Amino acid sequence: MAQQSATDGKKRRFLIAATGAVGAVGAAFVATPFLTSMAPSARAKAAGAPVEVDISKLEPGMMVTVEWRGRPVWIIHRTKEMLDILPKASDKVADPESSQPLQPEYAKNTNRSIKPDYMVVVGICSHLGCSPSEKMKIGPESGLGDDWPGGFYCPCHGSKFDLAGRVFKGMPAPVNLTVPPHTYVTDTRLLIGEDKKGA
Amino acid sequence: MSKPAALIQWIDERFPLTANWKAHLSEYYAPKNFNFWYYFGSLALLVLVIQVLSGIFLTMHYKPDAALAFGSVEYIMRDVPWGWLVRYIHSTGASMFFIVVYLHMLRGLLYGSYRKPRELIWIFGMLIYLCLMAEAFFGYLLPWGQMSYWGAQVIVNLFAAVPFIGEDLSVWIRGDYVVGDATLNRFFAFHVIAIPLVLIGLVAAHIIALHEVGSNNPDGIDIKKKKDPKTGIPLDGIPFHPYYTVKDIVGVVVFLMVFTIVVFFMPEVGGYFLEYNNFIPADPMKTPPHIAPVWYFTPYYAMLRAVPAMFGSQFPGVIVMGAGVVIFFLLPWLDRGKVKSIRYRGPLFRGWLYVFIVSFVILGWLGVKPTDFLGKVGSTDLEWATLLARIFTIVYFLFFLLMPFYTAIDREQPEPDRVTG
Repeated sequence: MAQQSATDGKKRRFLIAATGAVGAVGAAFVATPFLTSMAPSARAKAAGAPVEVDISKLEPGMMVTVEWRGRPVWIIHRTKEMLDILPKASDKVADPESSQPLQPEYAKNTNRSIKPDYMVVVGICSHLGCSPSEKMKIGPESGLGDDWPGGFYCPCHGSKFDLAGRVFKGMPAPVNLTVPPHTYVTDTRLLIGEDKKGA
Repeated sequence: MSKPAALIQWIDERFPLTANWKAHLSEYYAPKNFNFWYYFGSLALLVLVIQVLSGIFLTMHYKPDAALAFGSVEYIMRDVPWGWLVRYIHSTGASMFFIVVYLHMLRGLLYGSYRKPRELIWIFGMLIYLCLMAEAFFGYLLPWGQMSYWGAQVIVNLFAAVPFIGEDLSVWIRGDYVVGDATLNRFFAFHVIAIPLVLIGLVAAHIIALHEVGSNNPDGIDIKKKKDPKTGIPLDGIPFHPYYTVKDIVGVVVFLMVFTIVVFFMPEVGGYFLEYNNFIPADPMKTPPHIAPVWYFTPYYAMLRAVPAMFGSQFPGVIVMGAGVVIFFLLPWLDRGKVKSIRYRGPLFRGWLYVFIVSFVILGWLGVKPTDFLGKVGSTDLEWATLLARIFTIVYFLFFLLMPFYTAIDREQPEPDRVTG
């Protein structure tokens, strides 16, 4: 009798471990739907339609902001002076050749655009997602020093970008601004959020 | 037996009412030499109660919807009877919570309250501090003003900096590709129920652990070493109730005087308790020209800004900022001093502690300013504010990292046998 009532420690530990393991698996299964419910809903996923913009009235040296997927997209009509200064700024920026894949292949050039005159870029800093302020005036008028080549200044953490959305060296922002997929429907109508058909 | 006594007895046979009253109040013996610094624990508890109560009444009128949130806060301010008072109590309470908790933590540093055997009290306390930061952050999105929106944008993007999984993680936290209605709705859930539940549980654990080992005191000596041989009560201990409950009432009265002056006469405190940009509705297209977090986060924000991007990633800055908070957890094991209290510490610990306090305050000050407000260092591109933030971030960490060395070799004075008053 005494032997029958003695505790089998090995068996007990095994049963505790087995029960615990099954319970943990069950808990993981139950947690899954709750955690997944926090992912973007079907409605949020569907809200990414492309945006069409008329750029015929955009004067040289001006910019316009449009909303695409809840983010600001800047369209900048660059002047010749602005374009000429881009190669000169190349030694001050971190990634002058756009080697990071932050633009579609057709915008991987010094201007980071399809047409040199028109820059299309998502106005969200690559650091922590603030929208940089427009500082397009070249030189001391911008308040950013005599050699300022024109561009954008992020008010949150002080990152600076040039007029092709390229980040300057030693900034909190690690990489350039993102060029979204875009295409020209006509000469003056721009579609943001979609590549050229067949491209 | 009198009727009230009979009732108490009836309860005691079913629930340990008298036993708990004695264990935590009338027969909990606290050192008799508590000073000014010992007000802040009970005040923190008071602010927690204020925040829970005022918060409940705010939820009766607030709408956690991106289209309605800003308007519902203005509705509370203008149309709800006394709504402005409830809201200003809640917004003032948020900042007061951090003031009280920072002073409570400083008390711990001054008198070595984190040292053995109070490591768990300190860890529970640090977890409370983390919860408080989460609570403040989630709550700050709710008014859906410009600072709410862009503050949340920046903090959620901190998670996007985590290598490999960061982008998915930040989308999962927001519930959308940008901060939006889904984000506001879930932050409301975290702010009003999830975090407060954890917070209250941690406060209970903090107090249970404290009452298990007993309170420290300004002399940092163990009062349980000298007990009355007959009663077993520490010679330098006095019952928490009525002695410290009455003392704490004095603290509460003075605190509420300050609190109400802020609520009635200066609820914005010059843009530090309520930031002016938050009176503009959230605009996802435009970041305000100068964004800064509320004052209680600025020391860590300054650290974040001080670290430049490395290897094409800004993760190092996020790590430094996180480490700035987490390193506090290690304090009980970094300190090798023999005495606990600043009164008997040597010049090295004293010096480092004062330098640390100064660094914390300067980092907080740099964190509210734009990085270019002091101009540039000579003809270089480096800004003075960034340079200063880097220097004081390093000093901040050196206080902790060098602690095992300077506390071990410090010229400490002998502790007294009994508390000195």
